[in-house]
Amino acid sequence: MPKVDLNRVSMPKQEPLVRARNFNEVALGYTAEQALSEASRCLQCPKRSCVDGCPVEVDIPDFIMAVRDGNMPEAVRVLKAKNSLPGICGRVCPQETQCEASCSLAKKGAPIAIGRLERYVADWELSQGQMEKPQLAKPTGKRTAVVGAGPAGLTAAADLAKLGHEVTIFEALHIAGGVLMYGIPEFRMPKHIVQTEVDYVKSLGVEIRLDSVVGKIITVDELLEDGYSAVFLGTGAGLPMFLNIPGENLNGVYSANEFLTRTNLMKAYLFPEYDTPLKVGRRVAVIGGGNVAMDAARCALRLGAEEVDIVYRRSEVEMPARREEVENAQEEGIIFKFLTNPTQCMGDGRGLVAAMECIEMELGEPDDSGRRRPIPKAGSEFIMEVDTVVVALGTTPNPLVPTTTEGLEVTRRGTVVADEETGKTKKPLVWAGGDLVTGAATVISAMGAGKRAAASIHASLRE
Amino acid sequence: MYRIMLREDPVPNIHLLKIEAPAVARKAQAGQFVIIRVDEKGERIPLSIADWDREEGGITIVFNEVGRTTRKLAHLEAGDEIANFVGPLGLPAEIEKFGTVACVAIGYGVVTMVPIARALKEAGNRVISVIWAQSQNMLFGDERLGSFSDQLIVNTDDGSYGRKGSILDVLEELLRGSERIDRVIIIGPTCMMKFCSAITKLFEVKTIVSLNPIMVDGTGMCGCCRVEVGGETKFACVDGPEFDGHEVDWDLLMARRCTYPAEKGRALMYHCQNCAQW
Repeated sequence: MPKVDLNRVSMPKQEPLVRARNFNEVALGYTAEQALSEASRCLQCPKRSCVDGCPVEVDIPDFIMAVRDGNMPEAVRVLKAKNSLPGICGRVCPQETQCEASCSLAKKGAPIAIGRLERYVADWELSQGQMEKPQLAKPTGKRTAVVGAGPAGLTAAADLAKLGHEVTIFEALHIAGGVLMYGIPEFRMPKHIVQTEVDYVKSLGVEIRLDSVVGKIITVDELLEDGYSAVFLGTGAGLPMFLNIPGENLNGVYSANEFLTRTNLMKAYLFPEYDTPLKVGRRVAVIGGGNVAMDAARCALRLGAEEVDIVYRRSEVEMPARREEVENAQEEGIIFKFLTNPTQCMGDGRGLVAAMECIEMELGEPDDSGRRRPIPKAGSEFIMEVDTVVVALGTTPNPLVPTTTEGLEVTRRGTVVADEETGKTKKPLVWAGGDLVTGAATVISAMGAGKRAAASIHASLRE
Repeated sequence: MYRIMLREDPVPNIHLLKIEAPAVARKAQAGQFVIIRVDEKGERIPLSIADWDREEGGITIVFNEVGRTTRKLAHLEAGDEIANFVGPLGLPAEIEKFGTVACVAIGYGVVTMVPIARALKEAGNRVISVIWAQSQNMLFGDERLGSFSDQLIVNTDDGSYGRKGSILDVLEELLRGSERIDRVIIIGPTCMMKFCSAITKLFEVKTIVSLNPIMVDGTGMCGCCRVEVGGETKFACVDGPEFDGHEVDWDLLMARRCTYPAEKGRALMYHCQNCAQW
């Protein structure tokens, strides 16, 4: 057996100082040669532990084998048998904690770049101009409703459609995709790719009703009365948390959801060609240490800020953001202020934020999350001058559907109680999955939940 | 796409559209609003639901032409379509039998007050409607609001119709009068709602206002529309838009409405004649 290269093929990227001023995709994707070379590193282990690491159980060694053989249509077929949104997952999954973490090569060197290869296959299909439709099951005559067109809802809908059910998705916003459209920026997740994969789901016969806020225009109970045999709730965790400190409602203080929605969904970075405005000052502080904080900081830079600081109350090792995104942000010139917590926002006397008072923190014993608890250092307050503050502390589920649906059990954190394996809620005929159940998590875990719920709905409809 | 069924221009600069949206019309209630987007490059703006027709499937909205989006909207004719129309959003107006309710409507607030006055009337209240317009040629909707009111008081800034003078004087006079007023509802420009609330506070009459902060999604996912009421942060799109006028932090709301002065132009302050600082 030839010796395996322990280093993965690196992926070409835009230069940091160039990309920090544009919204084009940062990672440029593998060329055919690079993909072939990376695919050739795969050991094709009989144990297939990478598959166990994938929440939707893509047959990873098989699609990699197809890439190696140059049989791209087969690679697409294998991927899409399990995953309807490969162009999305290849880009935004945290592979380092999933499929790639369980790759046999990870013990000795760099694991196979499964995400990059998945992306390569999806992009190849896109470049072919048309998507092949899989075989659909015979129509069952059953109607199912999916609430929310994010990763969980799209996956559940695609799977249900493939199984022969008639599916309608109800989406509150004017475009489908959920966080992939409003949250994750263009430079990480090009919107035309999201829409191409949404179109693919539609091509399976799924109807998407936009501008439809379930809980307002129609309730879950009314959907059931209207003849839907099952309802899947995939409304996500879209309610922003604030710091609850004085001055937080000053102008120039945004939730990350608002900042990113204006930027990504409404394309405020193209103002005035697009109508939605966004005000970004010279100095921007982003509060938080997750992927959303990284996205907001990198957007602020691209919108013209001179200095962008990430203000995080713990230290670098506790940051929940993906390593790769932190590195990207650092390369682009984002400044990190660790062990720092804002205590108040101060105005300029005309309602605009001008400064932020912060306090230094030190780490104590681990808390419920397993991370060391940050404790304020007495007397260490200092002032940071800022023109814009973006609060990226996390989100909780929007209560609109839970509060208008009789019989749905909801936890103290606002998440809907559902069986982990089946997605069944406490209410008959209603399933749920994704961030609505887990709280803010990942795109792929939401897709996994959508997949499992679709299987459970299918089983129950056949009874 | 959502078809425009009817367009009217009741007075200069104010337009009324009836938009085909049967699912919204089926559910609309007094006090709720919609979010619209005119075209693919458009922004999302909130507009109050002024009326609905469940049989025809139409929702009526009224707007003042103040900026780019409302100008785009004003250029559309019956038969044209807009890209997005989302609703009904927000909590419905609180309707109970309160006793005697004064409905104070300023500018095109007269039209959005109609469904509220109608519901209050149906709930058995005595309704006194108080209307203010700049002048007679800016007055509209008064007859319709009057048809759901036991008493209608109209005044204009220049005295060209009804009484001459400030709505604050009229409101104060009403509250000083012999008739007991159990509740006041105010719909109009922010500064007018602020000043009217200050008057009703002197008389300790419960006062409800319909707030109009900047919104993006209108479903509670961003907090752009946050307001402080009784010292607490609320999202107007899901917790409102109705709040207790005596509890609202008006200066904060007015400042937040002016987040984008350069972008939106002074048009946002079009009605604002009493508060030069903003």
